[in-house]
Amino acid sequence: MAILELNGVGKSFVRSSRGKLPGGKVEVLRDINLSIRENEFVCIVGRSGSGKSTLISLIAGLIEADSGSILLEGQPIKGPGPDRGVIFQNYSLLPWLNVFENVYLAVDAVAGKLSDSDKRQRTEHYINLVNLGAAMTKLPRELSGGMRQRVAVARGLAMDPKVLLLDEPFSALDALTRGTLQEELARIWSETRKTVVMITNDIDEAILLADTIYTLTPGPGATLGPAIAVDAVHPRGRLQLSGLASCQKARRETLRNLTTGASRPVAGATVVIH
Amino acid sequence: MEKRFDSAAVILPLLGIGLMLFIWTAISLKVAPDLPSPLKTWQESKQYILDPFFKDGEMNQGILRFAFLSLVRVAKGFTLAIAIGTPLGFLLGLSPKFNQGFDPVIQVLRPISPLAWLPLGLVIFKQSEPAALFTIAICAMWPTVINTAMGVRSIGTEYLNVGRVLKLSPMKTLTKIMIPATLPYMFTGYRLSLGMAWLVIVAAEMLTGSPGLGGFLWQEYNSLVYSHILLSVLAIGLIGFALDRLMGVVERRFKTA
Repeated sequence: MAILELNGVGKSFVRSSRGKLPGGKVEVLRDINLSIRENEFVCIVGRSGSGKSTLISLIAGLIEADSGSILLEGQPIKGPGPDRGVIFQNYSLLPWLNVFENVYLAVDAVAGKLSDSDKRQRTEHYINLVNLGAAMTKLPRELSGGMRQRVAVARGLAMDPKVLLLDEPFSALDALTRGTLQEELARIWSETRKTVVMITNDIDEAILLADTIYTLTPGPGATLGPAIAVDAVHPRGRLQLSGLASCQKARRETLRNLTTGASRPVAGATVVIH
Repeated sequence: MEKRFDSAAVILPLLGIGLMLFIWTAISLKVAPDLPSPLKTWQESKQYILDPFFKDGEMNQGILRFAFLSLVRVAKGFTLAIAIGTPLGFLLGLSPKFNQGFDPVIQVLRPISPLAWLPLGLVIFKQSEPAALFTIAICAMWPTVINTAMGVRSIGTEYLNVGRVLKLSPMKTLTKIMIPATLPYMFTGYRLSLGMAWLVIVAAEMLTGSPGLGGFLWQEYNSLVYSHILLSVLAIGLIGFALDRLMGVVERRFKTA
């Protein structure tokens, strides 16, 4: 059974006219259908401005859809909640709390009933998982961008969500740091096997991490292309992937869908006739 | 190079003070013979400065005793101002409707002079001390109100979204997100409010005749001891400067956090 399901989800924004730009309704997303299995790692790849962040905000419940339904374990979602933990693009750490306190806030919010020592232990566990054990008492401003995003990952995992949502988590980082963090996320994911929906504009990142890739057609009125499966065991390494035929195929398909804006089964995909 | 810069930092302010003393002397010699010269002011006031804690009746005390009385009064009025102003600022920042309703009231009350509030305070409280505190509080609280409201309005959505995703209780959202995010703005407000409170103290003490720097100033004017007016004016200025610096240090601590 699908843990997360989106049926015909659409979202428009009302834009007020500004200067020479005309006002009016802008349809960002149209007829988004998505079904995600438990323990699946899904990547949604799209160009900037295609409504990727809007999609993740919809699933997170931070904004409301105009049409369609979003179901988590068969129940319609009601607003945001820690069952859909979000890791934001800009980290969104609270600058007045240190690393430990930032993660502890999440642990305390979802596991308020646990004893204080249990909550502390859990907090430390997640901080150690992202290799920040030595920086527990540091404030976010004392950390590099990569370390901040590690804290955000630890906080997201500490919510112990049913689905973890990642909104272009590494796009603000330099290429080397990004590579390290991607591989670390691959390692952490193969240990925890959380259900993940990750938004990205980096095809290689998607292929390294995802079981299934969807492309988002260029907006306005963006919708999802067909599912592209990435058949390779986790955790994957960059080198090992580059030679794998199935990965090259997934890469080709993703690129083609992005450039043609395919939103229907492409030629060659199996069509089932009832 | 660096040494030259350092000496300028000492010499230039001294030059400024020297020029000020020169103008003061010139005015007392040529323009207003009733105004005591700096030297005369020192001679007639040195008892108050060299023995700053003597007490010879309610209205004849050492300068630090008067300063202490004024500071205590300001501290009470200022505490009252921020105790009312901070929550009020939070409400204004949180609720656009509340803001729409109260903003006009605030804009009208804000420019009213302490000289206008004090008689009203006396009418309401019938006693000079509460009237003075009322005046200080109502004049000094506006910077706190306005800065706090602005701080609340500029809390980043990304911080609020963290609270929403975690489903924090309203109390937790307030203590873990809203108050820390607003703190730098609040302290800017507090610094400005303290400056305002100190500004109001003289007027309040003058009109109520309470012992303190302002009360002393007014009494010495009535007793024609003009050098003591200058003594009070200088003490008020120096203490105000020190208070602002002190709050500036506190404010900066919260800015970086």
